[in-house]
Amino acid sequence: MALAVGCRARPGKARDNKTGSWRVFKPSFDHEKCTQCGTCKTICPEGCISEDTDGKFIPDYQYCKGCGLCAEECPGEAITMKQEEK
Amino acid sequence: MLEITEGSLAVAEAVRLCRPQVIAAYPITPQTHIVEALADMVANCKLDADYITVESEFSALSACLGASAAGSRTYSATTSQGLALMFEVCFNVAGMRLPIIMTIANRALGAPLSIWNDQQDSISLRDSGWLQFYAEDNQEATDLHYIAYRVCEDPAVALPAFVCFDGFILSHTYEPVEQLNQADVDKYLPKFAPKERLDAADPISFGMYATPEYYHEFRYAHDKALKDSAAVIKKAGEEFKKLFGRDYGAMVEGYLLDDAETVIVAMGSICGTTKDAIDEMRATGKKVGLLKVRVFRPFPSEELSKALAGAKRIAVLDKNISLGSKGALALEIRDALYGSRVSVFGYIIGLGGRDVRKKDIKEIVALAEKGQGDIFYGLRKEVL
Repeated sequence: MALAVGCRARPGKARDNKTGSWRVFKPSFDHEKCTQCGTCKTICPEGCISEDTDGKFIPDYQYCKGCGLCAEECPGEAITMKQEEK
Repeated sequence: MLEITEGSLAVAEAVRLCRPQVIAAYPITPQTHIVEALADMVANCKLDADYITVESEFSALSACLGASAAGSRTYSATTSQGLALMFEVCFNVAGMRLPIIMTIANRALGAPLSIWNDQQDSISLRDSGWLQFYAEDNQEATDLHYIAYRVCEDPAVALPAFVCFDGFILSHTYEPVEQLNQADVDKYLPKFAPKERLDAADPISFGMYATPEYYHEFRYAHDKALKDSAAVIKKAGEEFKKLFGRDYGAMVEGYLLDDAETVIVAMGSICGTTKDAIDEMRATGKKVGLLKVRVFRPFPSEELSKALAGAKRIAVLDKNISLGSKGALALEIRDALYGSRVSVFGYIIGLGGRDVRKKDIKEIVALAEKGQGDIFYGLRKEVL
């Protein structure tokens, strides 16, 4: 992406900011334990967890900041946070 | 037309001729007369602009920021504590690349409270990414406003500028000033027509956030635009000379430099006093010259080192002090001359309105000849 003079931006530009680079702890989803309740998707402040056609919940790691709220709130303890090596 | 007029009123008239569409300012000594005069012009239909009265300098520059982003030619003026209160907005205006022009009637910063002149206020904003012009007299102060708008609104520059003139010494002094007429100014200064502006029908945001992947490059691009503005300043100055006769093509200006062994470097009204002192010293056979720095940002390192190449020693007058270090101008001149064998001596002078007289300039030349510098000049030892 070329720089815009004065960091000016059209609507929707925030998608270009890949906040996944901020992450220290990465959530790992255990789909065996997952009851597909959707709490993780509801709670994610980044709005980066989506449900695929099989009903699996998957985070978009380009945007996941690793805040850990999904792991904290998951009733089935199906999400664990692991330190990410970069 | 040549008029004997007060500096502030001359500047207000030049600003009127620049046709600003939005003015937002908060009165503060010694800037008050400028914005009073402009308010009067707007109230009496001599200037077709929106004059926004605000409750603080922070708001004044914030209002200008919005107006400029919406595509208006925008003006403000302030000084000292008022400029300090604008600190955050100054960085935002520059980062959003908005060509706001602001007159600074230079004044000392508190505490202790001082309403009198030095250049600490604008110098303290040297890192904010604005262009900085310094005027020697009221003719130059008025002319620099036309040049500032012309340079800053150039799409290749797209940056704001301070036009600095010494509070009271220039702002409240009556001098002859040649004022331009509207038709000529319109020829020199085309309408402000930015490609991008705030428009509800075609939404755009200014100064969005940049992640660590981009911020570093944004700062590089800003720095480059500021440095590259030197060429635009030169062109605008030459064009001004072609139309109106007064030459502002160079960012520094020499006075009796050619055979000078000691060169004084200074900014602002002190240059006038220095020229008179030089004339008297020359009459006694002393080879002394002056290099006036008209543009402090972008810093004219190349022009400076070229102009100072023949000197034996340089005495830099700073009406500011980077506390814990040295005067800002002296520091940057040392940097520009790094590797050359010219000695650079810095003198902190005239802070908080202390008068600078011809005898002071002569004494400084004598100190430089003795190799004594990097001092506060003229300290009253009896009160220390």
